[in-house]
Amino acid sequence: MEKRELICIGCPLGCPVTVTMEEGQVVKVEGNTCKRGDDYARKEVTNPTRIVTSTVTVEGGKDVTVSVKTRSDVPKGKIFECVKSLKGIVVKAPVHIGDVIVANAADTGVDMIATSNVYEK
Amino acid sequence: MKAYDIVIIGGGPAGLAAAVSAKNSGADSILILERDKELGGILNQCIHNGFGLHTFKEELTGPEYAARYIKQVLDLGIEYKLHTMVMDISHEKVVTAMNREEGMFTIQAKAVILAMGCRERSRGALNIPGYRPAGIYSAGTAQRLVNREGFMPGREVVILGSGDIGLIMARRMTFEGAKVKVVAELMPYSGGLKRNIVQCLDDYGIPLKLSHTVVEIRGKERLTGITIAEVDKKGKPIPGTEEDYDCDTLLLSVGLIPENELSRGAGVEMSPITSGPLVNESLETNIEGVFACGNVLHVHDLVDFVSEEAGAAGRNAAAFVRGERARAQGREIKLNPIEGVRYTVPSVIRPDQMDEKLTVRFRVGNVYKNCYISVYFDDERVSRRKRPVVAPGEMEEIKLEKEKLLSYPDLKTITVKIEEA
Repeated sequence: MEKRELICIGCPLGCPVTVTMEEGQVVKVEGNTCKRGDDYARKEVTNPTRIVTSTVTVEGGKDVTVSVKTRSDVPKGKIFECVKSLKGIVVKAPVHIGDVIVANAADTGVDMIATSNVYEK
Repeated sequence: MKAYDIVIIGGGPAGLAAAVSAKNSGADSILILERDKELGGILNQCIHNGFGLHTFKEELTGPEYAARYIKQVLDLGIEYKLHTMVMDISHEKVVTAMNREEGMFTIQAKAVILAMGCRERSRGALNIPGYRPAGIYSAGTAQRLVNREGFMPGREVVILGSGDIGLIMARRMTFEGAKVKVVAELMPYSGGLKRNIVQCLDDYGIPLKLSHTVVEIRGKERLTGITIAEVDKKGKPIPGTEEDYDCDTLLLSVGLIPENELSRGAGVEMSPITSGPLVNESLETNIEGVFACGNVLHVHDLVDFVSEEAGAAGRNAAAFVRGERARAQGREIKLNPIEGVRYTVPSVIRPDQMDEKLTVRFRVGNVYKNCYISVYFDDERVSRRKRPVVAPGEMEEIKLEKEKLLSYPDLKTITVKIEEA
């Protein structure tokens, strides 16, 4: 039996939720005051995911950086690998929203894409 | 002198949404004045996700959210000037502005929409003792340096204040290789959204110390360290609780203040609570034809609500220009925020001028659990809504219906308050 303490982010109430796990399976969720807390806790202990956002350097553009994100959420444990996949990357202007900056970042199967437009100088 | 029907001061989220809405409501002669090199305002440096869930039903980053409105402004052919600083707005709605190409110039507007946004509270407002070394930044300045200019302000970071920008920067600087040692918050609760505490601090093991503040700053040329201490209920440091941290960077995320120098200069009446203009149901100030929306009016948590509010200001300004919103001689109903409710926007309603449905936004002064948000028409309670929790960091709202207000012909005051369950 393993217990995990979480704070639900479903609403501002921020219920302290305790999840009891057995052999990787959720056996009990306590402390939540609504269904959303239960859903959040189960996903958070079995498969937590996040969108990763950062910037990379641009050459020849009106701006020196372009903002990027993972196109969809990636496993929480892969966040830093996704950030590292951007190291040393320099793109040439113009860059447009949705352009792929790193394909299949950190073998997550998810691309990192541009989230801003940088036009040529 | 040039003349426009509607001049919008500021090309951030509020100004953009106001312009789009004014145009879609039939106004044709619209000009946006923006002091930065591009439209979009502060959204351009907010590269994290979480924007647009209400407006677009999807989760966007700040630049993506801004880009959607900028595209509408361009597609609608709305005029704008960049690198243009507004110097003055007169009571007669003459806008004085300057830029490199045109020098100083004036524009006569029929209606003005104030959309200047807000500024960060600075170290000077906090009275932190100690030297004035390099390495102390407001969180938003650090955000601009990292995300837009490509500079890292430092490597070892302490953050004072748990506002959302500070929390977001804790994660951002961690991504860029900095060590964020602690976030200290003076209040016994965080000023930021719960989701940001979990996803920006807890995810990276960054401690949040509530009821703590910075009591000493060390270093002459460059910051070398700070001391934090626990504070008592009055916010006074408790001797013996001091902890030292070595750091080269201190970020301040201690609140936002609406930027209203221009409004004051024009003679706009201000609210001492919000530091923004007092407005009626049309988001119009005491000066006829001068409207306000977004963070210049009151600081919002979500840009989605800024866009919604600015949309209303744009519609109302367009109607004013058409002469449909003549200054009403009719009755005014005062909104009366008491018992936990700090203010309301708007602060006065003219029922004959309001839309069918009106959203009244407000903030509470403390954390209240299991409470009701109650609305009274004079002495009669007309609604109450149960809330498991309300907190100063999360804006609240009530909706009022025109039909209902018109059915109370003698109504003088609408009271909004928090009641215990």
